[in-house]
Amino acid sequence: MVGIDKDILLEIRNLCSGYKRKNILKGIDFLVRRGEFWGLIGPNGSGKTTLLKSITKILPAQKGNVFYNKKDIMKIPAKQLAQKIAVVPQVSVFHFSFTVEDFVLLGRIPYLPRFYLEGKNDYRIAEEAMGLTETISFRQRRINELSEGEKQRVVIARSLAQKPTLLLLDEPAAHLDIRHQLDIFNLLEKLNREKGITIILVSHDLNMASQYASQLILLNEGKIFARGSPKEIINEENIWKVYGVKVKVTAGIKGNPLVNLFK
Amino acid sequence: MITSNKMKRWIGWLIVLMILLLAISFLSLMIGPVRIPLTKSISLLAQKLCFWKSYPLENTPAAVILFKIRIPRLILGMVVGAALSSAGVILQGMFRNPLVEPYTLGISGGAAAAVGLVIVAGLSGTLTQVIPLAGFAGAIGAAILVYFIASSGGRLTIPTLLLTGVIVSFLSSSLIMLLMSLAKGEELHGIMFWIMGNLQETNLSFIITVSLIILIGIFISFLFARDLNALVLGEEEATHLGIEVERTKKILFILASLLTGVAVSASGVIGFVGLMIPHLIRGIIDADHRFLLPASALLGASFLVGADLIARTIISPRELPVGVITGIIGGIIFIYIIRKRKVEFRW
Repeated sequence: MVGIDKDILLEIRNLCSGYKRKNILKGIDFLVRRGEFWGLIGPNGSGKTTLLKSITKILPAQKGNVFYNKKDIMKIPAKQLAQKIAVVPQVSVFHFSFTVEDFVLLGRIPYLPRFYLEGKNDYRIAEEAMGLTETISFRQRRINELSEGEKQRVVIARSLAQKPTLLLLDEPAAHLDIRHQLDIFNLLEKLNREKGITIILVSHDLNMASQYASQLILLNEGKIFARGSPKEIINEENIWKVYGVKVKVTAGIKGNPLVNLFK
Repeated sequence: MITSNKMKRWIGWLIVLMILLLAISFLSLMIGPVRIPLTKSISLLAQKLCFWKSYPLENTPAAVILFKIRIPRLILGMVVGAALSSAGVILQGMFRNPLVEPYTLGISGGAAAAVGLVIVAGLSGTLTQVIPLAGFAGAIGAAILVYFIASSGGRLTIPTLLLTGVIVSFLSSSLIMLLMSLAKGEELHGIMFWIMGNLQETNLSFIITVSLIILIGIFISFLFARDLNALVLGEEEATHLGIEVERTKKILFILASLLTGVAVSASGVIGFVGLMIPHLIRGIIDADHRFLLPASALLGASFLVGADLIARTIISPRELPVGVITGIIGGIIFIYIIRKRKVEFRW
């Protein structure tokens, strides 16, 4: 039975979730083990972002459950959950002019009692996060002055300051040029391999997802259409069925499937 | 170490702001139709503080003016200024917008209407706590009304919020005018005087009640400084950082209404203090709410005491309502922020 598997970090059972008038997820079952790197792919409106929001209690489940480490997330206090799961959102809007360092330190909020200022340990963790994301060289700059790629790395640094076991990302590289996209994905690979952080990544970029994620879930209309290794998932038949697009899948340089679009 | 550097900077600024408050306070004690020299004020204060009740108070005109008129007025100015600025910090943090404050959201107006109702109903004389309580009730009523109207379309946007606030303000002032036309002579005078925003209040037990509620309110707000820091990132991101957003928002709404309602019950409608002061501190010094809250409370206190000093001396021997002064300065700054935000989206 899967229930006694110690490595299971996240277990989603028969999850139905969505918004007031619109049910989006229709019965998702999904197991994530420690150290895995999952890519969530699927067309617009297939429920990728809804799934992420259900894992972090932004959207409460209408049916079914999400378990983190065998505990129902609805029973885990928000503060405790924030020590385990961090989120990098699709877009961050900066209404304010924090410095990079102060912004990263906000990631320590789940750990601090009401009255405490950040201590040495919090600064050390924030510095480590800025080091990993290579943002430490501009730690005193205001966040509004940064380029898009730099901003996104700062947001990732803040999520790392939460010392998460599980990192959720919603198209972290969507607005970036290819160089900055590569930077972000290489960083995620490093975090997964060296720091053992479990990652669930939503991406529209099938080629990036299949290169970096070790396993993929293909969502379609609120249901899991297919799951497995990139080689099993990314094929012409699946893409035709889900996206309604004819593509040519060839082997990439590293042996990964490569989706070729054509007119 | 970096922590202590930030801390040092904050404490340094707080000391500067305290000195400013002290200086303005002494000025406001000295200046008026009767000038009381600094040395005289200090010696009178020292006497009062050192000998308290064992020594019969000096019965000179200076002493009477100082203790019966200027000190009560000074205290009221400080706590009302601090309350309005703190309410502004809370609301701006919750809604992530620098144009939001008790006055622009109609919360002050709601409080004023409720207090007016109590005065006309003839209940104001019954208990010291009735008026602040009415202010709080009116404030929270207006806050809830504005929030629900503005978010009824599903998504709450700042323009809708501000527009709803303006409309609730209109409703409240119509209600007040209705009350005024129904009021008898002396009540009418009472409402008129109070509604324009002024700090002439000599009932000491009332001032003490109001001050205590405001100080407690500011202290509790301070406990939520970190939650406000998370909320400025957005509600979803605050949830990701472990904040129970819905519960926290309710508490913050109640706190802002309490501070506003009680301040309005004491001094009438004084607009824009809660808009200007936090904006200034955030722009010049730091946006971290653990600093922003106490600093805004201090600067708000100085500002209102200073504005009141101008209001009661500029056309001496007559007095202006202090709300006129804050309204003029605040209105100009409001326009300035709107224009500036078109260019860059930053606080």
